[in-house]
Amino acid sequence: MTLLEIDALHVNIGAKEILKGINLDVDAGETHVLLGPNASGKTTLIMTLVGYPLYKITKGSIRFNGTEINKKPINERAKLGISVAFQTPPEIRGVKMRDIIRLSAGLEPWNPFKEPKETFATPLLSNIGLDPDVFRDRDVNVGFSGGEKKRSEIAQVFAMKPKLMILDEPDSGVDIDSLKRIGTAVSKYAKENNCAVIVVTHYRHILPYIKPDVAHLMCGGIIVVTGDPYEIFSKIEEKGYCAYVDVCPPAVKALLEKTGDQR
Amino acid sequence: MPKIPEWRRKIIERAEKVKNQPAKIGPDIDLEAFNSELPEQKSVSNPAELPSTVKSGANVVGIEPSEKLRSGTFFQYDHSVMLARAIKSFPGVEVMSTSDALKKYDWLKEYWWKTVPVDQDKYTAIAELNQTHGYFIRTKPDTRLTLPIQACLFIGTQGAMQCPHNLIIAEENSELHIITGCTTHPSVTRGLHVGISEFYVKKGATITFTMIHGWAPNVEVRPRTGAIIEENGTFLNNYICFKPVKTLQMYPTAYCEGENSRARYHSLLYGSEGSLLDVGNRAVLRAKGARSEVTTRAIAKDHSRIIARGHLVGEAPETKAHLDCRGLLLSPNAIIHSIPELEAKVEGTDMSHEAAVGKIQEDQLLYLMARGLSEEQATALIVRGFLDPEVPGLPDQLRMEVRRIVQLTTEKAL
Repeated sequence: MTLLEIDALHVNIGAKEILKGINLDVDAGETHVLLGPNASGKTTLIMTLVGYPLYKITKGSIRFNGTEINKKPINERAKLGISVAFQTPPEIRGVKMRDIIRLSAGLEPWNPFKEPKETFATPLLSNIGLDPDVFRDRDVNVGFSGGEKKRSEIAQVFAMKPKLMILDEPDSGVDIDSLKRIGTAVSKYAKENNCAVIVVTHYRHILPYIKPDVAHLMCGGIIVVTGDPYEIFSKIEEKGYCAYVDVCPPAVKALLEKTGDQR
Repeated sequence: MPKIPEWRRKIIERAEKVKNQPAKIGPDIDLEAFNSELPEQKSVSNPAELPSTVKSGANVVGIEPSEKLRSGTFFQYDHSVMLARAIKSFPGVEVMSTSDALKKYDWLKEYWWKTVPVDQDKYTAIAELNQTHGYFIRTKPDTRLTLPIQACLFIGTQGAMQCPHNLIIAEENSELHIITGCTTHPSVTRGLHVGISEFYVKKGATITFTMIHGWAPNVEVRPRTGAIIEENGTFLNNYICFKPVKTLQMYPTAYCEGENSRARYHSLLYGSEGSLLDVGNRAVLRAKGARSEVTTRAIAKDHSRIIARGHLVGEAPETKAHLDCRGLLLSPNAIIHSIPELEAKVEGTDMSHEAAVGKIQEDQLLYLMARGLSEEQATALIVRGFLDPEVPGLPDQLRMEVRRIVQLTTEKAL
């Protein structure tokens, strides 16, 4: 059975329609890449999947594991197995890394009286290259570098044992070392757990690590083209997003042409 | 009737003059409405012998009936001192009722109302005119106590007025830790607590004082507190108020009299139901190298109101002080009002403040919900994180203990 089925999805922010009929199926174990120029609707699609209340579904449906989740609140979707690594997560003062990781797994916050040495969050932190002795007791995202934030997000996502991982630009603002570490860890987790992955990215650098099956180019709130990730990236790198003007419906054409040679 | 000494008589005269004078801040209270004729309680030989409702109530405000991790206990029920002792294995520390101490030590007249003026307002006046014990805790020179003395001021009778006067003295190069819990019997909804606390931190000494208030919705509370800190002395004051109270108004003041003396206040205020918490902290820096930090974390829910005041006074050069207040509103009907004041009287005093008051940010809530937490769990987590009782300066074991008590008490409140 298809894990995630998005059918003719229309989404508004306020009165403005952002997504204008998205169709997308993702099977368990598949890795999909979403790309497209700024304001093409990638983040809207992700936040709608996660269930942020700002994004209102006006038409169409999202089914996860055979159940429609259009109206399910964020935390219920998380419990069903949808987990997101945010592009710019908020700082939460006073909430410790070890505790958010434990809570993500449905555990209690760390209690030194019950468990003298923390044993759950510690390996998850070191697995993603965050020194547990430093990060266990740090406040979530407070004073983290770009790369540390991305790694922290991945540690939390893994703790949730998701069936679908959604990674919003895990490669933006990180050095090559973080990129490799994050990409490799994600692909390993996905393989071992038959987990589906949706990755939003502007760059091809992460592709060799996450080994995507398919890429979708978004523009103007629709998916313009679906195909081999390397082929699509190569074509955009060569000619810009305009390369796909020919396959666009008329309404989106103008938008894509306007991007000029934005790549 | 024993004869009242001359020095005390003068103090009583000063108190008489202001016995109807309202405080400068906070709602006025009709003192006549409270009862000061209260039944005497039998004393006990250790805290485990206290009646079980009293014991469990006191436990919630940090009083350990087994005296585990404590070096002594003082227990006052209404007007009766039921227990006052230091555990034998801790020599160099004295714990007794202040009435006994005044009889025993003539020199205590040099400490009586020296950090708080007796004629400040009608509350200081009533506390003198109607004084009912309080604790005297003193560490002798060079005594380093690592485990805290616990002290409980317990209101056991409906409508009672309790006026203890506490004297805490850490002699030169000594170290003293106190955990004080103040609470009421479960059957008590109404009462008045006017507690006077005077702290003397001598040269090179340290006092850490952790006070936990767990009152009832119709209890009025007017503590009056002062501290004098000598050269190289440190005074750390933790205050936690986590249960509803009718009105609470206090403005403890630390006078950093000696060079390189230090005063630190850390307050966790949790306002709920119709509580009014008007809590200030004042530090007066009077000698070179004196420092002070004042941090307040205020959470207001229901239709509670919290006024978080702070006042730093720089009277000597090469002094430094900082005020930090954060407030979190959990209800549209609650109010948090932060009033920081910086008063520099000389050049070379460095004073600053920061304050941030607002609601829980929605992006933080949604973020935690995306990790599978319900909205209630996410709110509780943010609130708990906000109240993080990490207070630098406490010895490890005591820090863990304070943390445990704070977690226990805030857990109940949340």
